[in-house]
Amino acid sequence: MNNATGMPQSAVVIGGTSEIAQAILRALAARRLQSVVLTGRDSSHLGEVATDLRSLGVAHVETLVFDVTDVAHCRSVAAKALALLGDSSPAGSSGGIDLVLVAAGMLGDQPGDEADPIAAADVLTTNFTGPAATMLEFAGILHSQGHGRMVVLSSVAGVRVRRENFVYGSSKAGLDAFATGLSSALAGTGASVMIVRPGFVATRMTAGMAPAPFATTADAVAADVLRGLERSSPIVWSPPVLRKVFAVARLVPEPLWRKVGR
Amino acid sequence: MARAVRLRCVPLTEVGPADLQTLSGAPSSSTTIPRVRRLLTGWGRTSPSAADVVSVRRPEQIDALIAEAARSARPLVPRGLGRSYGDAAQCAGGLVVDTTGLNHVLDSDLESGSIRVGAGASLHSLMCALVPRGWFVPVTPGTRFVTIGGAIAADIHGKNHHHDGSFMQHVTRLSIAAPVGRIEASPSTRASPDDGAGANADLFWATAGGMGLTGIVVEATIRLLPVETAWMNVDTERCRDLDDCMSKMESGDSGYRYSVAWIDCLARGRHMGRAVLTRGDHARLDDLPPRLRHATSASRFEPTSRFEVPFIPPGRLLNPVTVAAFNEMWFRKAPLLQTGHPEHMTTFFHPLDGIGAWNRLYGRLGFIQYQLVVPTGSAGEGVLRRVLERLGETRTASFLAVLKRFGPGDPAPLSFPMEGWTLALDLANGPAGLGEMLDDLDVMVAEAGGRVYLAKDSRLRPEMLSTMYPRLDEFQAVRRKVDPAGILVSDMARRLGLLGMEET
Repeated sequence: MNNATGMPQSAVVIGGTSEIAQAILRALAARRLQSVVLTGRDSSHLGEVATDLRSLGVAHVETLVFDVTDVAHCRSVAAKALALLGDSSPAGSSGGIDLVLVAAGMLGDQPGDEADPIAAADVLTTNFTGPAATMLEFAGILHSQGHGRMVVLSSVAGVRVRRENFVYGSSKAGLDAFATGLSSALAGTGASVMIVRPGFVATRMTAGMAPAPFATTADAVAADVLRGLERSSPIVWSPPVLRKVFAVARLVPEPLWRKVGR
Repeated sequence: MARAVRLRCVPLTEVGPADLQTLSGAPSSSTTIPRVRRLLTGWGRTSPSAADVVSVRRPEQIDALIAEAARSARPLVPRGLGRSYGDAAQCAGGLVVDTTGLNHVLDSDLESGSIRVGAGASLHSLMCALVPRGWFVPVTPGTRFVTIGGAIAADIHGKNHHHDGSFMQHVTRLSIAAPVGRIEASPSTRASPDDGAGANADLFWATAGGMGLTGIVVEATIRLLPVETAWMNVDTERCRDLDDCMSKMESGDSGYRYSVAWIDCLARGRHMGRAVLTRGDHARLDDLPPRLRHATSASRFEPTSRFEVPFIPPGRLLNPVTVAAFNEMWFRKAPLLQTGHPEHMTTFFHPLDGIGAWNRLYGRLGFIQYQLVVPTGSAGEGVLRRVLERLGETRTASFLAVLKRFGPGDPAPLSFPMEGWTLALDLANGPAGLGEMLDDLDVMVAEAGGRVYLAKDSRLRPEMLSTMYPRLDEFQAVRRKVDPAGILVSDMARRLGLLGMEET
């Protein structure tokens, strides 16, 4: 169960090898996290993450191979994850799923994606279509169990889309909008959604890129996410100053944005 | 035919065993009991979860609901007036049985001071009916708005614990709807000749402080306390620091039935632990000043709520600045020493009950109440000091900080009180580091042999539970006997692993 300070005891991760997800799980492990189901494409990489979490004292860590673009399987994966964590029926007596962390995503290669519609569609499916379908499935579980929180890793790239990465940006814009709608749909059910909008995060995914202003790290994002859980925030900006930056950025006229947004 | 009565309407003397018959009509099919999906929290307004809430009016409905839960493998938990602070009366995705409809007086003997009531009756309604007739509840917490069932499930204590013990020490019999069937339980293993129950003492004590997880209490028989008036004879004094306060309590508490100290947690340095100590006894008619000395008016007990907080105010009204200002005012307005001051029961026992929904003042994120007990002795007293230091350092404002001495505990495995000191803190939820700070306090408390109060808890680490409650396994063994399938489940039970069942 999530406690009064918003700390979960069990979690399912979509995109379990994401560095930001790992940083969040490590931070949660220091507080209350006891059981985790990691899902992702790469079984051996998932195993490494699981070993790391166990070494941090997380008692039960399971892995499930799941490609988020394989929407036909999201229902069975959600059911398996629930079964692994123990549903909230009397015989189980555990709290079910406290936290669903949606972290699957890829940056893509913008010039390549512009030239190759199939590559572009792959980015959109990985970042938006797949996670959205999976979120619906887990939202159904959280709704019926009457509690639980979904944390969705969006991006400021989707808040105001830039010419330089509009394939990735638009996928995150879609995900962000979807999560916003899902959040409204779950209001009053005991389940809730928290949208995380990080800026440039120095990770494997962004290796080799020049850091944007207000660049941050996975651990810093994790700290902001935990603060958001403590405060039941519907939206978390990381670093928090980006909320103000993008309040302005949203209003910048397009011709000007084209210049400053580079 | 005599009607089953609501407590406030009919004199207790007119209520007799005949009324039981009106309560046991034809059992209704459980499917006809309406239920509504609702988002619930405890009084602290943290950790909301949704459940189907069913309000029961007759005891057989509870039996039917338990049978239904067993069939459908959907858990359930009882809920009274929702005054436990955390998630004890929530069952996410399951069934929450609202027992406040079971508020009937079933039998009473106002000669000897014994009353048999439905578990949903509130202490408020009992006081309204009983105080004018010369009786008071044996134990009351800081609010009247708790049910008898809740008082049992938390084994509540009051300002008189050093004198009278906890609530369950005044309960002589329970009727419990458990998954294995209806069970009568009494505190002693020796059968008394007249009731033939006289058994199930282990279930009786597991139910005391058992957080509603041993079955749903349907009715209870309680021994009352005789009082002459609704007034208290109160002595108030200021204490300059924690040592002063504790030594005054140690030397003088035995002379009073009720004793409690309010502590200013924001006072630091040499003022740390400065306090206002309030102690008193029930006033006899002769104790009252002439203006109050009228037999009928002196026993009048008709509290009214003057004001209700209408909505959740934006921002936090109770923040370190306002709390510091309040504390300063409270300390300075208290007399250095005042004796024999008459104060009405309502303000002496339940000052906050005059303000409806005061928990909204803490804002959107609610608040956490942290109540600890540590055994008498230097280790425990050191913990009290370190807790106050920690609160002072982090400037974590506690609007209410209350210190009191407990007498010996009772035989219940999960009952909170033990001989020693108890400190209760109300803390606004949300500040960074609050969760970690409370985790640190838990470790200090447990190391000193103390524990935290489950009725207040909303955030304890599960692994601390068996350290703080070393007789947890006894509780779990009784529970397995009366609820082998594990039907009674609360959010708290899931969070803390209270049930001791293997996770699948």
